[in-house]
Amino acid sequence: MTPMIEVRHVHKAFGGLRVINDCSLSVEKGSITGLIGPNGAGKSTLFNIIAGALPLDSGQVLLDGEEITNRPANELFHKGLLRTFQIAHEFSHMTALENLMMVPPRQAGESLFNAWLKPGLVRLEEAEVRRRALEVIDFVGLHHVRNELAGNLSGGQKKLLELGRTMMTDARVVLLDEIAAGVNRTLLGDLVENIERLNREMGYTFLVIEHDMDMIARLCDPVIVLAQGSVMVEGTIEEIQNNPEVIEAYFGSNVA
Amino acid sequence: MNELVFFINNVVIAGSVTGSIYAIGAVGVTLVFSIMRFAHFAHADMMTFGAFMVLLLTAAFPGVGAAVGLPTAIVMLPLAMVLTALLAVGIDKAFYKPLRAHGVKPIVMVIGSLGVTLMLQGLIRLFAGTSGQSLYIGERKEIFRLALPFEGVRAPIVITEPQIILFVLTFACVVGLHLFLNRSRLGKAMRAMSDNPDLARASGINTNTIVAVTWVIAGGLAAIAGTLLSLDVTFKPDLSFFLLLPIFAAAIVGGVGHPYGAIAGGFVVGFAETLAVFNWAVLLRPFRDSLPEWLAQAGNLAFVGTEYKIVVPFFILVAILVWRPTGLFKGKVI
Repeated sequence: MTPMIEVRHVHKAFGGLRVINDCSLSVEKGSITGLIGPNGAGKSTLFNIIAGALPLDSGQVLLDGEEITNRPANELFHKGLLRTFQIAHEFSHMTALENLMMVPPRQAGESLFNAWLKPGLVRLEEAEVRRRALEVIDFVGLHHVRNELAGNLSGGQKKLLELGRTMMTDARVVLLDEIAAGVNRTLLGDLVENIERLNREMGYTFLVIEHDMDMIARLCDPVIVLAQGSVMVEGTIEEIQNNPEVIEAYFGSNVA
Repeated sequence: MNELVFFINNVVIAGSVTGSIYAIGAVGVTLVFSIMRFAHFAHADMMTFGAFMVLLLTAAFPGVGAAVGLPTAIVMLPLAMVLTALLAVGIDKAFYKPLRAHGVKPIVMVIGSLGVTLMLQGLIRLFAGTSGQSLYIGERKEIFRLALPFEGVRAPIVITEPQIILFVLTFACVVGLHLFLNRSRLGKAMRAMSDNPDLARASGINTNTIVAVTWVIAGGLAAIAGTLLSLDVTFKPDLSFFLLLPIFAAAIVGGVGHPYGAIAGGFVVGFAETLAVFNWAVLLRPFRDSLPEWLAQAGNLAFVGTEYKIVVPFFILVAILVWRPTGLFKGKVI
């Protein structure tokens, strides 16, 4: 089966710093793949490269067999590749609900022609999008703050809003960049449940960067360990946890 | 009463005229800033360019206006708007886009736009010459004198045709822009991009389209402002030098990146200018008997002479930057 995402021999350097070094990996369709590694291993950089936010130096990225190397992020969005940001991004001057309503692609109101000449169609579609946004905002538990400006939400709530964003459209694969950071335990349980549900019911594939090992253990199979810009090992969480190489990369050679 | 009419003519009408032109100009500057994050100095020259296009078109097809009962220049304005919008998009493609692609600092873009200013102005001079020209070619500027039905009022309220058109168009622009930014999906995408460009891209918004749309709007508005100013006075290639400072002052007063702020800022600067050069001695004339002699004798009580009008926006700019650096409306994002 063609993998959902395939990264082939990707290199990326910032000045003299080689952050991604001949990195190759693949994410199977329908999986929730974890991507872990010590700080500076290049996880976020790799994410940005896959999501089209950073140009790569050499190598290839494929989405479901289609080459997407260096395609802009907005194009990838329309191909069903969505991402969240390590530091939660939001449209701070719009309400939480409006933030979600920004997402659905190819609305009729998008073309100037329709906006002025077919206000009825645009309004109908907007009502539909609004209904969907309200459902999603209930789903992620932000109903009570739906009319607050997104800039005023807490860090954790912004993370939930990010997850909500990915649910506004029919994604094929979602890249989650430390979605759990700054989210309290109870909410975290909900988040994990939501991700599993999206995976099961909607068939979303997930690639998850996470530092929270409990969450990785609960959610991800397989897990890929990235160190110094390339894949060190890949396997189930048990295999990873018992791998001496991984322990060394995380804790240094003196431990264990 | 005659004094009041004098005040209306020289402050209310004159201030609204300058205010409207500054407002339309400042909206363009502010939109460009909020999307591309740099101060576009060549904006005033896009205004001159728009007016110059109208001048060319009017010269090419004189008398078209007579058929619809409007000045030919106004009939040609939509076409000039399209041409100026094309120019704006073209300038962006040729000069700003390569800079953006290299991820340069905003100041580099600003200096680039200064270069574009000089280039555009040189081009216009090359074709239009350096002297002032009227946009009324073979036509007469309609001047309306409205006599007031009060006893003893001799002076009429004077308003010209281009001034009325200016007020109508300014109002239409403001309403249109408001609807566009808040109702249309494209306008919302513009707001989104000015708020967070990375997230906008990750939400499927094509930021290149948004940039192009911004230039089209900025160019179109510039053509309107430039043309109406030239209709009200005359067309001059160096018009932009007298517009640049007040327009930037207006944008900053309103809070850069805030379109409604820019409109308010335009009127603040416009009225401040006219009030500063207004001869207050005229208003004091009816009370001459009860005033101290030194005040009653004064012939000219303007705050600054007309020739120093340009210092007024400068003063406002400094005052705002000292006391309210984010502008009246707290700008940065549409």
